[in-house]
Amino acid sequence: MSDQGPVGLNPKRRDFLVKLAQGAALAGTGGLLWDYILHNEARAAPYALRPPGALDENDFNAACIKCGQCVVDCPPLILKLQPAGGNLPIGMPYFEPRTGPCIMCPDIPCMKACPTGALSPSLKKIEDARMGLAVIDIENCLSWKGLRCEICHRECPIKGKAITLETHPRQISKHAMFVPLVHSDACTGCGICEKACPTTVAAIRILPHKLVQGKIGEHYRLGWTFDTEVTQDFKAPEGQSAAPDAAVPKTAPGVDYLNQGGL
Amino acid sequence: MGISRRDFLKTSVAGATAATVGMPLSEQAEAAVKQSEKGWQWDKGVCRFCGTGCGIMVATQGGRIVATKGDPDAPVNRGLNCVKGYFNGKILYGADRLTQPLLRMTDGKFDKKGKFTPISWEKAIDIMEEKIRWALKEKGPTGIGVFASGQYTIHEGYAAVKLWKGGFRSNHIDPNARHCMASAVVAFMQTFGIDEPQGNYDDIEHTDTAILWGANMAEMHPILWSRITDRRLTHKPMKVVNLSVYGNMSSDIADLEIIFSPSGDLAIQNYIAREIVKRDVIDWDFVKKHTQFATGPYDIGYGFRPANAEKFHSAAEMEIVKNEKVRVLDKWEAIAQRRKEGEAVEQKNTAGLLPMRDWAISFEDFKTALEPYTLDFVAEVSKGDPDESIDAYKAKLKQLADMYCDRNRKIVSYWTMGFNQHQRGTWVNEQCYMNHLLTGRQSKPGDGAFSLTGQPSACGTAREVGTFAHRLPADMVVMNPKHRALTEKIWKLPTKTLNPAIGSHFVKQMRDLEDGQMLFSWTHVNNPWQNTANVNHWIKGAREMNNFIVVSEAYPGVSAKVADLILPAAMINEKWGAYGNAERRTQVWRQQVMPPGQARPDIWMMMELSKRFKLKEVWGEQKIPGLKADGFEDGKLPSVLDEAVKMGYNPEQTLYEVLYATPDNKKVAWPDPIAKGHPNITADLLKDGWFPEKALFEEYRQFGTGKAHDLAPFDVYHDDKLRGLKWPVHFKDGKWVETQWRNNEKYDPYCKKGSGFDFYGNDGVKMVMGDLDKPGDPKNTVDISGKAKIYFRPYASPVEKPDANYDLWLCTGRVLEHWHSGTMTRRVPELHRAVPNAVCWIHPKDAEAKGLKRNDLVWVESRRGKVKVRLETGGRNKMPRGMIYVPWFDEGVLINKVTLDATCPQSKETDYKKCSVKIYKA
Amino acid sequence: MSDTTVRTAPASEEHPVPTGPWVWRYIILRRISQVGILLMFFGTLHWGWDVSKDVGLLTGNLSASTFIGLIPLTDPFAALQIFLTGHVLAQESLIGVAVVLGFYLIFGRVFCSWVCPVNMVTDAAGWLRNKLGILAIFHLPRGLRYFILVATLVITVISGVAAFEWVSPVGMMHREIIFGLGLGFTALLAIFLFDLLILKHGWCGHLCPLGAFYSLLGRTAQLRVRFDKNTCTHCGECAKVCPEPQVLNLKKLEERGYVYSGECSNCGRCTPICPEGSLMFDLKPLIRGHNAQADAIAVQRRTK
Repeated sequence: MSDQGPVGLNPKRRDFLVKLAQGAALAGTGGLLWDYILHNEARAAPYALRPPGALDENDFNAACIKCGQCVVDCPPLILKLQPAGGNLPIGMPYFEPRTGPCIMCPDIPCMKACPTGALSPSLKKIEDARMGLAVIDIENCLSWKGLRCEICHRECPIKGKAITLETHPRQISKHAMFVPLVHSDACTGCGICEKACPTTVAAIRILPHKLVQGKIGEHYRLGWTFDTEVTQDFKAPEGQSAAPDAAVPKTAPGVDYLNQGGL
Repeated sequence: MGISRRDFLKTSVAGATAATVGMPLSEQAEAAVKQSEKGWQWDKGVCRFCGTGCGIMVATQGGRIVATKGDPDAPVNRGLNCVKGYFNGKILYGADRLTQPLLRMTDGKFDKKGKFTPISWEKAIDIMEEKIRWALKEKGPTGIGVFASGQYTIHEGYAAVKLWKGGFRSNHIDPNARHCMASAVVAFMQTFGIDEPQGNYDDIEHTDTAILWGANMAEMHPILWSRITDRRLTHKPMKVVNLSVYGNMSSDIADLEIIFSPSGDLAIQNYIAREIVKRDVIDWDFVKKHTQFATGPYDIGYGFRPANAEKFHSAAEMEIVKNEKVRVLDKWEAIAQRRKEGEAVEQKNTAGLLPMRDWAISFEDFKTALEPYTLDFVAEVSKGDPDESIDAYKAKLKQLADMYCDRNRKIVSYWTMGFNQHQRGTWVNEQCYMNHLLTGRQSKPGDGAFSLTGQPSACGTAREVGTFAHRLPADMVVMNPKHRALTEKIWKLPTKTLNPAIGSHFVKQMRDLEDGQMLFSWTHVNNPWQNTANVNHWIKGAREMNNFIVVSEAYPGVSAKVADLILPAAMINEKWGAYGNAERRTQVWRQQVMPPGQARPDIWMMMELSKRFKLKEVWGEQKIPGLKADGFEDGKLPSVLDEAVKMGYNPEQTLYEVLYATPDNKKVAWPDPIAKGHPNITADLLKDGWFPEKALFEEYRQFGTGKAHDLAPFDVYHDDKLRGLKWPVHFKDGKWVETQWRNNEKYDPYCKKGSGFDFYGNDGVKMVMGDLDKPGDPKNTVDISGKAKIYFRPYASPVEKPDANYDLWLCTGRVLEHWHSGTMTRRVPELHRAVPNAVCWIHPKDAEAKGLKRNDLVWVESRRGKVKVRLETGGRNKMPRGMIYVPWFDEGVLINKVTLDATCPQSKETDYKKCSVKIYKA
Repeated sequence: MSDTTVRTAPASEEHPVPTGPWVWRYIILRRISQVGILLMFFGTLHWGWDVSKDVGLLTGNLSASTFIGLIPLTDPFAALQIFLTGHVLAQESLIGVAVVLGFYLIFGRVFCSWVCPVNMVTDAAGWLRNKLGILAIFHLPRGLRYFILVATLVITVISGVAAFEWVSPVGMMHREIIFGLGLGFTALLAIFLFDLLILKHGWCGHLCPLGAFYSLLGRTAQLRVRFDKNTCTHCGECAKVCPEPQVLNLKKLEERGYVYSGECSNCGRCTPICPEGSLMFDLKPLIRGHNAQADAIAVQRRTK
């Protein structure tokens, strides 16, 4: 009897259960650690610039098989696969515009090489690619200082759409400034501007959209971009108004606050 | 991520790759927008917030506002909005929106000490009726009052005035605009004989100089500020001067920033005038033809409680309040007023209309009066930043004077609360006109003193409709028998129905509640127990006296908490409305959506209440304590019932039938094609087939027509293409035409032919000639028809100044992100997130000297009360040493517990900009 | 000679373990295969090995590739993981999966021994371990890899990314040889040291879920190592060199007549080392016949 555990299990069965529990614990811990590593890797991904046609970051992370065929088929060979130890998920294609921008091949060979659809074939025109968005550090942009640089504007493959110039008076001299502005509706994020930028550290950078783009509230439209006419036959929804003789509720919004006192 | 990934097994896997590529984001966004916009119904509207009056377009779907946009066709804002305006569509949808009448009850019965309990509208109106009857019985018409609003729609304001003044014969109706525009109004009336600016916003695009007098337009009028900034950027001679008691955002583009001491503006204006006179750059042609020099008494007090002060004020408060009786002049006042330092001056001109007295003076007297205001003196009096050298400050004052003295320079002066909320607010307004009139810079494109307004319909409703205690529509006043007669005629009231005694102004109504003179108070579209200075008194007055406080509100704010009965109010797009902005532009909107739950328009509440009172109950003889007027027995209003019967009324008729649903008004039928299908909850609830807003507007229009206040018909404003009209509006060549610059013959058809400029507001006014100290022989008068007055007004020191104990100035005001008491903007999560709480701006050295640092929680304490607030040493405002700034939007930092209820004695507008406080760690 | 003595007999003078280059033939072939595949990938990328204009010889890597611009090849295990993330693979990948699956269904778990570059590392570790005579510290069940395989799939579903592909030393090594160096080699070093010092055949034989995956496929393999029970002397030399010695369970071998377990990677170590030539590659459908022949011969020999 003494061999048996306090709950009356025979020792073998008890051993088995303990081992099972240990195994489960080991598996659970290992699995969590593994999952943690994967999540960390995936979190690193928002900084990556992907080849044209890449799916949204989460989908791309899931779909890329890390085969590197896009890398092989990239004519200027600017694509790289992230080796282990970098700050991006291992093995996925990316490019660094400062050294190797996308040259925007019209036939998009990298996308065509992709076997899994991680670079989606729904991208038909390279101009519709959205690899990232150029962002100007206006503090260190020569043009924003008033110098006549504007290289990014001239080098932009979609010049006049993706990057435009605005002329501003320069308060501290008689000279106007020609300031470059990036437009997300046209910028593909190819990074030719970043490569071309003449400052020591590029003052125009390509960053993934999610990191830089905001969003105006759904409740507002820019007056000068959305044409609206006064509706001529307004239709009020039926039964909108609460009947004046509706039953009086026991409580109502604001009552608790009003009754809590304190002024 | 884990969960959503697991979900895929359940869902179709096909959609996964469809995301995001292949289509440019913009096109995608546009397609999404187009899709979501299907079924949106757009209509024109007006921004709910400040007095700028930006036009917006409002989209509704499924009975909800789904979007707004700046109206690109609106000349005021051309499609732009500030960040408050950006959220117009969201203010209706706060989570704690009041949707049910709430009454303080215990055991199912009203109890002043009870808990708020939902009740029906029927019951709400019942108890109002009961309490009004009680108040009328106890105190007569002076026992009931309305806290009215500059945020009323024009229709609501008109309905309120008509009910209170024409129905209940009470003049105790006064708007929160008293706190905001009253000084400007009085100065307009005294100087020009007619209210509201001569110019308009287009002055900005014509001028060479914008001078801000205590107006932080960068934050408080953001859209106008972008127009001024554009002018500054595109018009080379353009200069911007920011005069303020602390550095603010408007200084950012200013060419000249002058930080002056509280009330130092009074001295600066006179210094400029002295320079104009000394350098002989007066536009003599203009001055001789179109102006008259004038002055008035200096001993006008500070607008404190005139009698029984000791009974209500603490000893600490009395240190300040005692100045109401006798003022001991300080060094500066003595010089400025040509008296001796330390002289105790009895304040003889404090009561009634005495502070308003004025008389004509000669130019020589005027010149003599200006003599003390030398650069040295004014610099010493008015330098506001202790860290600035006196020489640097003098150079700035001189630069400012140079601008005025440059006859080729066009100048517009802008002001709002810095001037108006001022113990000498009327004076400083008038001083501003003084300098513009001396140099012929008024009523000309790009030249003029322009009073900005704070509230969306401070002009349109509070002023034009006349929801003030002394006013009637179209600049008329209750004291004037002719004005009463005309009003009685339009309203079809028996003669002498209207009460000739000025009612209690806003602060006085608070005092009336505190001392038991007023028993029933109804608040519309504002938050009196947050917006009135020295509010500890008024909270006590409301909660501890035997009275009945009704507050119509959309959200539970301080005033709702103070109330006995809360009425859930419909908000802007939930009713038909109209606002009038600072440039005389009347703009209208239709009802877009239904108010939530049992929320109802204020106008409906008034009409429902009016159904409960019969003529025989209100038009009999009434006691009015203190009433003294020609043709009236002292202290009494006569019964007008007999005459009413003669006019065809039946004493059994209700006020609703006599004031609102009159036979004429009922001819204005609802539904009306102008609605284009939009609902009208007021008409629907009244169920008697008339269109209240339109009928009342058309009736109201009769007041201004032919009196230089002309408005166009209701339907004209509702034209799809029209974005408001600046009154006076004229029908010319088949079109309704607005007036750009008033009193200028070129633009204003009311000017006499060949006059050039005609300040016709003063037509028929005769002034007694006098000297600087007093009026002369009453028979020696001068006719100032067609002329504006150039007042000499002296410097006067603030009544409460920092001392050893209360060592700091406190200035209060707003921030861009929040509107007034924050009841609406603090319900917008994004705005609340941006600026969640009020902070106390302080100079870092002041903080350091007190052992405090940024973010410390401190008490701000005055003789009247204290609040806890966090310190801010950086950020948008740069305080000079010796002054702190606390905005008032945050009910958690109820700064009006601290502020002083001194008012301009002429305008009765409270000075929220200066009192003395101490701060210490909480 | 009784059966029992025969069964325990080691290699002896009488039955010497074969030596010489011929014994190394499969190893050499495997190295040629492993390096050759790497070289084709590398050459296509770096040296422009094209079969025609702009058509590479072998583009991509072991996860997915295209051979002579025509034949897509896709790692079925990677594809399975991606499928479990919720992504629908493009047709090309699916064809690639079919091609590769077909290949391995015929040839068994040859990926591990003929293709996988990590095999070179683990083989080296195993060889050195033998040389140095390092003793086992502890044992892990070989079934662990199936557990890891299941875990891979579960974690893939949870995390939304291909769990093994994201950390696979196999993919890492391959990619980094082809596409550029990174820290992937540290992982390989870890595997090397683990196999050398801690657990014999630790990675390939116990942990690698990819190996486990191919082991499952291997059950259907047509290429097998046939076992001739008649000639086997039970000397045990085969088990000494086999990286998966459990597959050489004599009882099972005798029952089936060939290496039944899918865990056999057809590496070909055992066949040349067998002093009796009792193990040899054969095709599954032919094995029964061949063994019957062998039995007949043995009977003849015995009766002789």
